[in-house]
Amino acid sequence: MEFKLFDLSIVEYAFFITAVLIILIGLYGALVKKTLIKIVIGLSVLDAGINLLLISVGYVKSGTAPIFSPALIKDMPLTLENIKKLSEGMVDPVPQALVLTAIVIGFGVTAVALSLVIRLYRHHHTLNIDEIKNLKW
Amino acid sequence: MIIYIILLLFLLLLMIGTAIYSIVQRDLLYAVIGTGVISLILSILFLFLQAPDVALTEAAIGVALTTIVFIITIRNTVRFEEEPKRPSKPASK
Amino acid sequence: MKKILVLSLLAVFGVYLLEVLFKIDFGHQFFLHGVKDFYLTTSPDKMGVANVVTAIVVNFRGFDTLGEVTVLFLATTAMSSILYKGRHQLGERAVLFSSSRIVMTGSKLLFPAIILLGAYVFIHGHLTPGGGFQGGVIIATGFLLMLLSYEDYKVSHVALSLVESLAGITFASVGLLGFLNGGTFLQNFLPTGGLNNLISGGVIPIIYIAVGFKVGAELTGLIYTALNEKD
Repeated sequence: MEFKLFDLSIVEYAFFITAVLIILIGLYGALVKKTLIKIVIGLSVLDAGINLLLISVGYVKSGTAPIFSPALIKDMPLTLENIKKLSEGMVDPVPQALVLTAIVIGFGVTAVALSLVIRLYRHHHTLNIDEIKNLKW
Repeated sequence: MIIYIILLLFLLLLMIGTAIYSIVQRDLLYAVIGTGVISLILSILFLFLQAPDVALTEAAIGVALTTIVFIITIRNTVRFEEEPKRPSKPASK
Repeated sequence: MKKILVLSLLAVFGVYLLEVLFKIDFGHQFFLHGVKDFYLTTSPDKMGVANVVTAIVVNFRGFDTLGEVTVLFLATTAMSSILYKGRHQLGERAVLFSSSRIVMTGSKLLFPAIILLGAYVFIHGHLTPGGGFQGGVIIATGFLLMLLSYEDYKVSHVALSLVESLAGITFASVGLLGFLNGGTFLQNFLPTGGLNNLISGGVIPIIYIAVGFKVGAELTGLIYTALNEKD
Protein backbone atom coordinates (compact mmCIF):
# COMPACT_ATOMS: atom_id res chain seq x y z
CA MET A 1 0.00 0.00 0.00
CA GLU A 2 3.03 2.30 -0.05
CA PHE A 3 2.05 4.44 -2.98
CA LYS A 4 3.72 7.75 -2.31
CA LEU A 5 3.13 9.51 -5.57
CA PHE A 6 2.92 13.05 -4.32
CA ASP A 7 6.05 13.19 -2.16
CA LEU A 8 8.06 15.26 -4.61
CA SER A 9 7.65 18.98 -4.14
CA ILE A 10 7.13 19.61 -7.88
CA VAL A 11 3.71 18.07 -7.88
CA GLU A 12 2.76 19.55 -4.52
CA TYR A 13 1.16 22.60 -6.06
CA ALA A 14 0.83 21.50 -9.67
CA PHE A 15 -2.83 20.58 -9.20
CA PHE A 16 -3.70 23.92 -7.61
CA ILE A 17 -1.86 25.93 -10.26
CA THR A 18 -3.46 23.96 -13.09
CA ALA A 19 -6.94 24.29 -11.62
CA VAL A 20 -6.59 28.05 -11.12
CA LEU A 21 -5.14 28.50 -14.63
CA ILE A 22 -8.04 26.59 -16.16
CA ILE A 23 -10.56 28.65 -14.16
CA LEU A 24 -8.89 31.83 -15.44
CA ILE A 25 -8.82 30.60 -19.06
CA GLY A 26 -12.51 29.74 -18.88
CA LEU A 27 -13.39 33.10 -17.35
CA TYR A 28 -11.37 34.88 -20.04
CA GLY A 29 -13.27 33.04 -22.74
CA ALA A 30 -16.62 33.82 -21.15
CA LEU A 31 -15.80 37.51 -20.71
CA VAL A 32 -13.97 38.43 -23.92
CA LYS A 33 -15.43 36.29 -26.70
CA LYS A 34 -18.28 37.58 -28.82
CA THR A 35 -19.86 34.38 -30.08
CA LEU A 36 -22.52 32.89 -27.84
CA ILE A 37 -21.36 29.28 -28.27
CA LYS A 38 -17.83 30.36 -27.36
CA ILE A 39 -19.17 31.89 -24.15
CA VAL A 40 -20.86 28.60 -23.24
CA ILE A 41 -17.62 26.74 -24.04
CA GLY A 42 -15.80 29.12 -21.68
CA LEU A 43 -18.30 28.40 -18.92
CA SER A 44 -17.83 24.67 -19.49
CA VAL A 45 -14.04 25.00 -19.15
CA LEU A 46 -14.56 27.06 -15.98
CA ASP A 47 -16.73 24.27 -14.60
CA ALA A 48 -13.97 21.70 -15.22
CA GLY A 49 -11.41 23.86 -13.42
CA ILE A 50 -13.62 24.34 -10.37
CA ASN A 51 -14.29 20.60 -10.13
CA LEU A 52 -10.56 19.83 -10.25
CA LEU A 53 -9.88 22.47 -7.57
CA LEU A 54 -12.50 21.06 -5.19
CA ILE A 55 -11.32 17.47 -5.57
CA SER A 56 -7.66 18.37 -5.09
CA VAL A 57 -8.47 20.35 -1.93
CA GLY A 58 -9.99 17.19 -0.45
CA TYR A 59 -6.98 15.00 -1.18
CA VAL A 60 -4.98 13.45 1.67
CA LYS A 61 -1.39 12.36 1.07
CA SER A 62 -1.12 8.66 0.13
CA GLY A 63 -4.80 8.22 0.88
CA THR A 64 -7.13 5.64 -0.58
CA ALA A 65 -10.56 6.04 -2.10
CA PRO A 66 -13.32 6.24 0.55
CA ILE A 67 -14.63 2.72 -0.08
CA PHE A 68 -14.45 -0.05 2.51
CA SER A 69 -13.87 -2.78 -0.06
CA PRO A 70 -13.09 -6.41 0.90
CA ALA A 71 -9.53 -5.97 -0.37
CA LEU A 72 -8.99 -3.13 2.08
CA ILE A 73 -10.63 -4.75 5.09
CA LYS A 74 -9.07 -8.21 4.51
CA ASP A 75 -9.91 -10.36 7.54
CA MET A 76 -10.04 -7.60 10.09
CA PRO A 77 -12.98 -7.76 12.51
CA LEU A 78 -15.13 -4.69 11.96
CA THR A 79 -14.89 -3.02 15.31
CA LEU A 80 -15.11 0.72 15.70
CA GLU A 81 -11.37 1.01 16.38
CA ASN A 82 -10.49 -0.83 13.18
CA ILE A 83 -12.84 1.36 11.14
CA LYS A 84 -11.28 4.47 12.66
CA LYS A 85 -7.81 3.17 11.85
CA LEU A 86 -8.80 2.48 8.25
CA SER A 87 -10.51 5.82 7.83
CA GLU A 88 -7.34 7.69 8.85
CA GLY A 89 -5.85 6.89 5.46
CA MET A 90 -8.80 7.87 3.32
CA VAL A 91 -9.39 11.00 1.28
CA ASP A 92 -12.18 13.39 2.15
CA PRO A 93 -15.50 12.09 0.75
CA VAL A 94 -17.43 15.35 1.19
CA PRO A 95 -15.96 17.27 -1.80
CA GLN A 96 -16.42 14.16 -3.93
CA ALA A 97 -20.14 14.04 -3.19
CA LEU A 98 -20.33 17.78 -3.84
CA VAL A 99 -18.56 17.53 -7.21
CA LEU A 100 -20.74 14.55 -8.18
CA THR A 101 -23.74 16.83 -7.78
CA ALA A 102 -22.03 19.74 -9.51
CA ILE A 103 -21.13 17.80 -12.67
CA VAL A 104 -24.68 16.58 -13.24
CA ILE A 105 -26.20 20.01 -12.57
CA GLY A 106 -23.55 21.58 -14.83
CA PHE A 107 -24.71 19.40 -17.71
CA GLY A 108 -28.32 20.50 -17.16
CA VAL A 109 -27.26 24.15 -17.13
CA THR A 110 -25.22 23.71 -20.33
CA ALA A 111 -28.15 22.05 -22.10
CA VAL A 112 -30.57 24.84 -21.17
CA ALA A 113 -28.03 27.52 -22.19
CA LEU A 114 -27.48 25.88 -25.56
CA SER A 115 -31.21 25.61 -26.23
CA LEU A 116 -31.45 29.34 -25.49
CA VAL A 117 -28.62 29.88 -28.00
CA ILE A 118 -30.56 27.97 -30.67
CA ARG A 119 -33.66 30.02 -29.91
CA LEU A 120 -31.71 33.31 -30.16
CA TYR A 121 -30.18 32.24 -33.45
CA ARG A 122 -33.59 31.42 -34.86
CA HIS A 123 -34.83 34.86 -33.92
CA HIS A 124 -31.83 37.06 -34.82
CA HIS A 125 -29.96 34.91 -37.39
CA THR A 126 -26.63 35.74 -35.79
CA LEU A 127 -24.65 34.62 -32.76
CA ASN A 128 -22.60 37.78 -32.33
CA ILE A 129 -23.62 39.45 -29.10
CA ASP A 130 -22.78 42.89 -30.51
CA GLU A 131 -25.60 42.54 -32.99
CA ILE A 132 -28.12 41.16 -30.55
CA LYS A 133 -29.55 43.99 -28.52
CA ASN A 134 -29.46 44.09 -24.73
CA LEU A 135 -26.63 41.59 -24.43
CA LYS A 136 -23.69 44.04 -24.49
CA TRP A 137 -21.61 44.90 -21.48
CA MET B 1 7.63 5.88 -9.62
CA ILE B 2 9.13 8.79 -11.56
CA ILE B 3 7.22 7.70 -14.63
CA TYR B 4 3.94 8.41 -12.82
CA ILE B 5 5.06 11.94 -12.00
CA ILE B 6 6.11 12.58 -15.59
CA LEU B 7 2.75 11.26 -16.79
CA LEU B 8 0.94 13.45 -14.28
CA LEU B 9 2.78 16.63 -15.24
CA PHE B 10 2.27 15.80 -18.92
CA LEU B 11 -1.46 15.41 -18.36
CA LEU B 12 -1.69 18.70 -16.47
CA LEU B 13 0.24 20.55 -19.20
CA LEU B 14 -1.88 18.92 -21.90
CA MET B 15 -5.02 20.01 -20.07
CA ILE B 16 -3.90 23.65 -19.93
CA GLY B 17 -2.89 23.52 -23.58
CA THR B 18 -6.22 22.05 -24.64
CA ALA B 19 -8.11 24.68 -22.64
CA ILE B 20 -6.21 27.48 -24.41
CA TYR B 21 -6.75 25.76 -27.76
CA SER B 22 -10.49 25.44 -27.28
CA ILE B 23 -10.76 29.12 -26.36
CA VAL B 24 -8.69 30.54 -29.23
CA GLN B 25 -9.82 28.16 -31.99
CA ARG B 26 -12.18 29.87 -34.45
CA ASP B 27 -13.68 26.65 -35.76
CA LEU B 28 -16.28 25.90 -33.10
CA LEU B 29 -16.41 22.17 -33.85
CA TYR B 30 -12.71 21.79 -33.03
CA ALA B 31 -13.19 23.86 -29.88
CA VAL B 32 -15.98 21.54 -28.73
CA ILE B 33 -13.79 18.48 -29.32
CA GLY B 34 -11.21 20.31 -27.19
CA THR B 35 -13.65 20.51 -24.29
CA GLY B 36 -14.25 16.78 -24.66
CA VAL B 37 -10.51 16.17 -24.38
CA ILE B 38 -10.41 18.37 -21.26
CA SER B 39 -13.12 16.22 -19.68
CA LEU B 40 -11.26 13.03 -20.57
CA ILE B 41 -8.01 14.25 -18.98
CA LEU B 42 -9.98 15.51 -15.97
CA SER B 43 -11.45 12.05 -15.49
CA ILE B 44 -7.96 10.49 -15.46
CA LEU B 45 -6.83 13.11 -12.93
CA PHE B 46 -9.81 12.31 -10.70
CA LEU B 47 -8.67 8.70 -10.73
CA PHE B 48 -5.19 9.84 -9.64
CA LEU B 49 -6.77 11.84 -6.83
CA GLN B 50 -8.61 8.75 -5.54
CA ALA B 51 -12.10 9.81 -6.58
CA PRO B 52 -13.43 6.94 -8.74
CA ASP B 53 -17.11 7.95 -8.40
CA VAL B 54 -16.44 11.40 -9.79
CA ALA B 55 -14.21 9.98 -12.53
CA LEU B 56 -17.06 7.76 -13.78
CA THR B 57 -19.49 10.66 -13.83
CA GLU B 58 -17.10 13.02 -15.58
CA ALA B 59 -16.18 10.43 -18.20
CA ALA B 60 -19.79 9.68 -19.07
CA ILE B 61 -21.22 13.21 -18.94
CA GLY B 62 -18.31 15.37 -20.06
CA VAL B 63 -17.10 13.23 -22.92
CA ALA B 64 -20.35 11.90 -24.37
CA LEU B 65 -23.37 13.99 -23.48
CA THR B 66 -21.98 17.55 -23.31
CA THR B 67 -20.11 17.09 -26.58
CA ILE B 68 -23.16 15.79 -28.42
CA VAL B 69 -25.37 18.65 -27.18
CA PHE B 70 -22.74 21.16 -28.34
CA ILE B 71 -22.44 19.46 -31.73
CA ILE B 72 -26.22 19.53 -32.22
CA THR B 73 -26.21 23.25 -31.39
CA ILE B 74 -23.40 23.93 -33.87
CA ARG B 75 -25.28 22.00 -36.53
CA ASN B 76 -28.36 24.14 -35.96
CA THR B 77 -26.50 27.47 -35.88
CA VAL B 78 -23.11 28.40 -37.32
CA ARG B 79 -19.86 26.50 -37.36
CA PHE B 80 -17.33 29.33 -37.53
CA GLU B 81 -16.79 32.13 -35.10
CA GLU B 82 -16.98 35.51 -36.82
CA GLU B 83 -13.89 37.64 -37.27
CA PRO B 84 -13.60 40.33 -34.62
CA LYS B 85 -12.16 43.05 -36.89
CA ARG B 86 -15.14 43.00 -39.22
CA PRO B 87 -16.70 46.48 -39.73
CA SER B 88 -19.83 46.29 -37.64
CA LYS B 89 -22.92 46.87 -39.68
CA PRO B 90 -26.14 47.94 -38.00
CA ALA B 91 -28.41 45.08 -37.03
CA SER B 92 -30.90 44.35 -39.76
CA LYS B 93 -34.27 45.41 -38.60
CA MET C 1 -9.03 48.01 -24.04
CA LYS C 2 -11.59 45.57 -22.71
CA LYS C 3 -9.07 42.76 -23.05
CA ILE C 4 -6.53 44.61 -20.88
CA LEU C 5 -9.20 45.27 -18.26
CA VAL C 6 -10.28 41.62 -18.23
CA LEU C 7 -6.70 40.34 -18.11
CA SER C 8 -5.76 42.55 -15.18
CA LEU C 9 -8.93 41.55 -13.35
CA LEU C 10 -8.17 37.88 -13.93
CA ALA C 11 -4.54 38.34 -12.82
CA VAL C 12 -5.62 39.88 -9.51
CA PHE C 13 -8.23 37.15 -9.01
CA GLY C 14 -5.73 34.38 -9.78
CA VAL C 15 -2.99 35.75 -7.53
CA TYR C 16 -5.30 36.05 -4.55
CA LEU C 17 -6.86 32.63 -5.16
CA LEU C 18 -3.42 31.00 -5.38
CA GLU C 19 -2.25 32.80 -2.25
CA VAL C 20 -5.13 31.36 -0.28
CA LEU C 21 -4.61 27.91 -1.78
CA PHE C 22 -0.88 27.86 -1.01
CA LYS C 23 -1.67 28.40 2.66
CA ILE C 24 -3.56 25.09 2.77
CA ASP C 25 -0.93 22.63 1.65
CA PHE C 26 -1.81 20.02 -0.92
CA GLY C 27 -2.87 16.82 0.81
CA HIS C 28 -1.97 18.20 4.20
CA GLN C 29 -2.87 16.80 7.60
CA PHE C 30 -5.11 19.82 8.02
CA PHE C 31 -7.86 17.83 6.40
CA LEU C 32 -7.20 14.68 8.40
CA HIS C 33 -9.82 15.56 10.98
CA GLY C 34 -13.12 17.21 10.50
CA VAL C 35 -16.56 16.26 9.42
CA LYS C 36 -15.10 13.46 7.31
CA ASP C 37 -14.37 11.42 10.47
CA PHE C 38 -18.04 11.26 11.32
CA TYR C 39 -19.04 10.21 7.82
CA LEU C 40 -16.24 7.68 7.44
CA THR C 41 -16.98 5.94 10.74
CA THR C 42 -20.79 6.12 10.75
CA SER C 43 -21.26 4.88 7.22
CA PRO C 44 -19.75 1.35 7.50
CA ASP C 45 -20.49 1.00 11.20
CA LYS C 46 -24.15 1.94 11.56
CA MET C 47 -25.48 1.98 7.99
CA GLY C 48 -23.66 -0.96 6.44
CA VAL C 49 -22.63 0.92 3.28
CA ALA C 50 -19.15 0.29 1.91
CA ASN C 51 -19.00 3.28 -0.46
CA VAL C 52 -18.99 6.37 1.72
CA VAL C 53 -19.70 8.77 -1.17
CA THR C 54 -22.96 6.89 -1.83
CA ALA C 55 -23.89 7.15 1.84
CA ILE C 56 -23.33 10.91 1.78
CA VAL C 57 -25.17 11.49 -1.48
CA VAL C 58 -28.19 9.33 -0.71
CA ASN C 59 -28.60 9.47 3.03
CA PHE C 60 -26.77 12.32 4.75
CA ARG C 61 -27.62 14.73 1.97
CA GLY C 62 -30.55 12.83 0.51
CA PHE C 63 -32.80 15.85 0.48
CA ASP C 64 -30.21 17.62 -1.67
CA THR C 65 -30.25 14.70 -4.10
CA LEU C 66 -34.03 14.93 -4.35
CA GLY C 67 -33.57 18.59 -5.28
CA GLU C 68 -30.89 17.64 -7.79
CA VAL C 69 -33.08 15.21 -9.72
CA THR C 70 -35.79 17.88 -9.64
CA VAL C 71 -33.34 20.35 -11.20
CA LEU C 72 -32.54 17.81 -13.94
CA PHE C 73 -36.27 17.34 -14.57
CA LEU C 74 -36.67 21.12 -14.78
CA ALA C 75 -33.76 21.33 -17.24
CA THR C 76 -35.42 18.76 -19.49
CA THR C 77 -38.75 20.55 -19.30
CA ALA C 78 -37.20 23.96 -19.90
CA MET C 79 -35.23 22.69 -22.88
CA SER C 80 -38.26 21.17 -24.56
CA SER C 81 -40.38 24.25 -23.87
CA ILE C 82 -37.70 26.64 -25.17
CA LEU C 83 -37.31 24.58 -28.34
CA TYR C 84 -41.07 24.25 -28.67
CA LYS C 85 -42.52 23.58 -32.07
CA GLY C 86 -46.06 22.79 -33.06
CA ARG C 87 -46.87 19.18 -33.67
CA HIS C 88 -47.41 19.80 -37.37
CA GLN C 89 -44.04 21.52 -37.74
CA LEU C 90 -42.14 18.55 -36.34
CA GLY C 91 -39.95 17.44 -39.20
CA GLU C 92 -37.44 14.67 -39.61
CA ARG C 93 -34.82 14.16 -36.97
CA ALA C 94 -31.46 15.78 -37.63
CA VAL C 95 -29.10 13.17 -38.98
CA LEU C 96 -25.53 13.94 -37.96
CA PHE C 97 -24.08 11.39 -40.34
CA SER C 98 -25.51 8.58 -42.43
CA SER C 99 -24.38 5.32 -40.91
CA SER C 100 -23.16 2.26 -42.73
CA ARG C 101 -24.27 -1.31 -42.14
CA ILE C 102 -21.24 -2.02 -39.93
CA VAL C 103 -22.10 0.86 -37.61
CA MET C 104 -25.75 -0.21 -37.42
CA THR C 105 -25.00 -3.86 -36.66
CA GLY C 106 -22.24 -2.97 -34.21
CA SER C 107 -24.39 -0.57 -32.26
CA LYS C 108 -27.24 -3.09 -32.15
CA LEU C 109 -24.80 -5.57 -30.63
CA LEU C 110 -23.35 -3.05 -28.19
CA PHE C 111 -26.65 -1.60 -26.97
CA PRO C 112 -27.68 -4.42 -24.56
CA ALA C 113 -24.15 -4.55 -23.15
CA ILE C 114 -24.22 -0.80 -22.42
CA ILE C 115 -27.63 -1.07 -20.74
CA LEU C 116 -26.35 -4.01 -18.69
CA LEU C 117 -23.28 -2.03 -17.61
CA GLY C 118 -25.46 0.89 -16.56
CA ALA C 119 -27.76 -1.38 -14.55
CA TYR C 120 -24.75 -3.02 -12.90
CA VAL C 121 -23.28 0.33 -11.98
CA PHE C 122 -26.40 1.60 -10.26
CA ILE C 123 -27.38 -1.67 -8.58
CA HIS C 124 -23.90 -1.98 -7.03
CA GLY C 125 -23.74 1.70 -6.12
CA HIS C 126 -23.32 1.04 -2.41
CA LEU C 127 -20.49 -1.48 -2.89
CA THR C 128 -18.30 -0.25 -5.74
CA PRO C 129 -17.63 3.15 -7.35
CA GLY C 130 -20.74 4.20 -9.19
CA GLY C 131 -24.34 4.80 -8.42
CA GLY C 132 -27.58 6.15 -9.76
CA PHE C 133 -26.20 9.18 -11.54
CA GLN C 134 -23.38 7.30 -13.27
CA GLY C 135 -25.59 4.35 -14.21
CA GLY C 136 -28.33 6.61 -15.52
CA VAL C 137 -25.85 8.55 -17.64
CA ILE C 138 -24.41 5.31 -19.06
CA ILE C 139 -27.93 4.15 -20.01
CA ALA C 140 -28.58 7.51 -21.69
CA THR C 141 -25.32 7.05 -23.62
CA GLY C 142 -26.58 3.72 -24.90
CA PHE C 143 -29.77 5.34 -26.17
CA LEU C 144 -27.65 8.09 -27.73
CA LEU C 145 -25.69 5.45 -29.66
CA MET C 146 -28.90 3.94 -31.02
CA LEU C 147 -30.36 7.35 -31.89
CA LEU C 148 -27.20 8.32 -33.76
CA SER C 149 -26.84 5.14 -35.77
CA TYR C 150 -30.49 4.47 -36.66
CA GLU C 151 -32.26 7.32 -38.40
CA ASP C 152 -35.74 5.99 -37.60
CA TYR C 153 -35.13 4.90 -34.02
CA LYS C 154 -37.84 6.33 -31.79
CA VAL C 155 -38.07 6.65 -28.03
CA SER C 156 -41.57 6.69 -26.58
CA HIS C 157 -42.21 9.88 -24.63
CA VAL C 158 -45.01 8.18 -22.71
CA ALA C 159 -42.71 5.41 -21.48
CA LEU C 160 -40.01 7.92 -20.54
CA SER C 161 -42.37 10.08 -18.49
CA LEU C 162 -43.91 6.98 -16.89
CA VAL C 163 -40.52 5.63 -15.79
CA GLU C 164 -39.46 9.04 -14.57
CA SER C 165 -42.63 9.66 -12.55
CA LEU C 166 -42.60 6.20 -10.99
CA ALA C 167 -38.95 6.57 -9.97
CA GLY C 168 -39.61 10.00 -8.48
CA ILE C 169 -42.63 8.70 -6.56
CA THR C 170 -40.53 5.80 -5.25
CA PHE C 171 -37.83 8.18 -4.01
CA ALA C 172 -40.28 10.52 -2.29
CA SER C 173 -42.40 7.76 -0.75
CA VAL C 174 -39.38 5.87 0.63
CA GLY C 175 -38.32 9.17 2.15
CA LEU C 176 -41.77 9.74 3.61
CA LEU C 177 -41.87 6.20 5.08
CA GLY C 178 -38.96 7.31 7.23
CA PHE C 179 -41.35 9.75 8.89
CA LEU C 180 -43.70 6.94 9.81
CA ASN C 181 -41.00 4.61 11.15
CA GLY C 182 -38.08 6.60 12.40
CA GLY C 183 -38.81 10.26 12.68
CA THR C 184 -36.97 12.15 9.90
CA PHE C 185 -37.17 12.28 6.13
CA LEU C 186 -35.15 9.50 4.44
CA GLN C 187 -34.36 7.78 7.73
CA ASN C 188 -33.43 4.14 7.36
CA PHE C 189 -36.12 1.69 8.50
CA LEU C 190 -34.92 -1.56 6.94
CA PRO C 191 -32.30 -3.92 8.46
CA THR C 192 -28.83 -2.88 7.34
CA GLY C 193 -27.30 -6.31 6.72
CA GLY C 194 -23.60 -7.10 6.53
CA LEU C 195 -20.99 -4.84 5.01
CA ASN C 196 -20.16 -5.62 1.37
CA ASN C 197 -23.22 -7.79 0.76
CA LEU C 198 -25.45 -6.97 -2.18
CA ILE C 199 -28.52 -6.80 0.08
CA SER C 200 -27.27 -4.31 2.60
CA GLY C 201 -27.55 -0.68 3.49
CA GLY C 202 -31.29 -0.56 4.15
CA VAL C 203 -33.09 1.92 1.90
CA ILE C 204 -29.96 3.19 0.11
CA PRO C 205 -29.95 0.65 -2.80
CA ILE C 206 -33.69 1.20 -3.36
CA ILE C 207 -33.26 4.97 -3.59
CA TYR C 208 -30.19 4.76 -5.80
CA ILE C 209 -31.92 2.36 -8.21
CA ALA C 210 -34.83 4.82 -8.41
CA VAL C 211 -32.37 7.67 -9.04
CA GLY C 212 -30.73 5.60 -11.78
CA PHE C 213 -34.01 5.07 -13.62
CA LYS C 214 -34.98 8.72 -13.19
CA VAL C 215 -31.66 10.14 -14.43
CA GLY C 216 -31.58 7.71 -17.35
CA ALA C 217 -35.10 8.65 -18.45
CA GLU C 218 -34.48 12.38 -18.02
CA LEU C 219 -31.20 12.47 -19.95
CA THR C 220 -32.60 10.26 -22.72
CA GLY C 221 -35.50 12.66 -23.08
CA LEU C 222 -33.13 15.62 -23.14
CA ILE C 223 -30.98 14.09 -25.91
CA TYR C 224 -34.06 13.11 -27.87
CA THR C 225 -35.40 16.66 -27.67
CA ALA C 226 -32.07 18.07 -28.81
CA LEU C 227 -31.72 15.61 -31.70
CA ASN C 228 -35.22 16.39 -32.94
CA GLU C 229 -34.19 20.00 -33.35
CA LYS C 230 -33.88 20.89 -37.03
CA ASP C 231 -34.55 24.04 -38.94
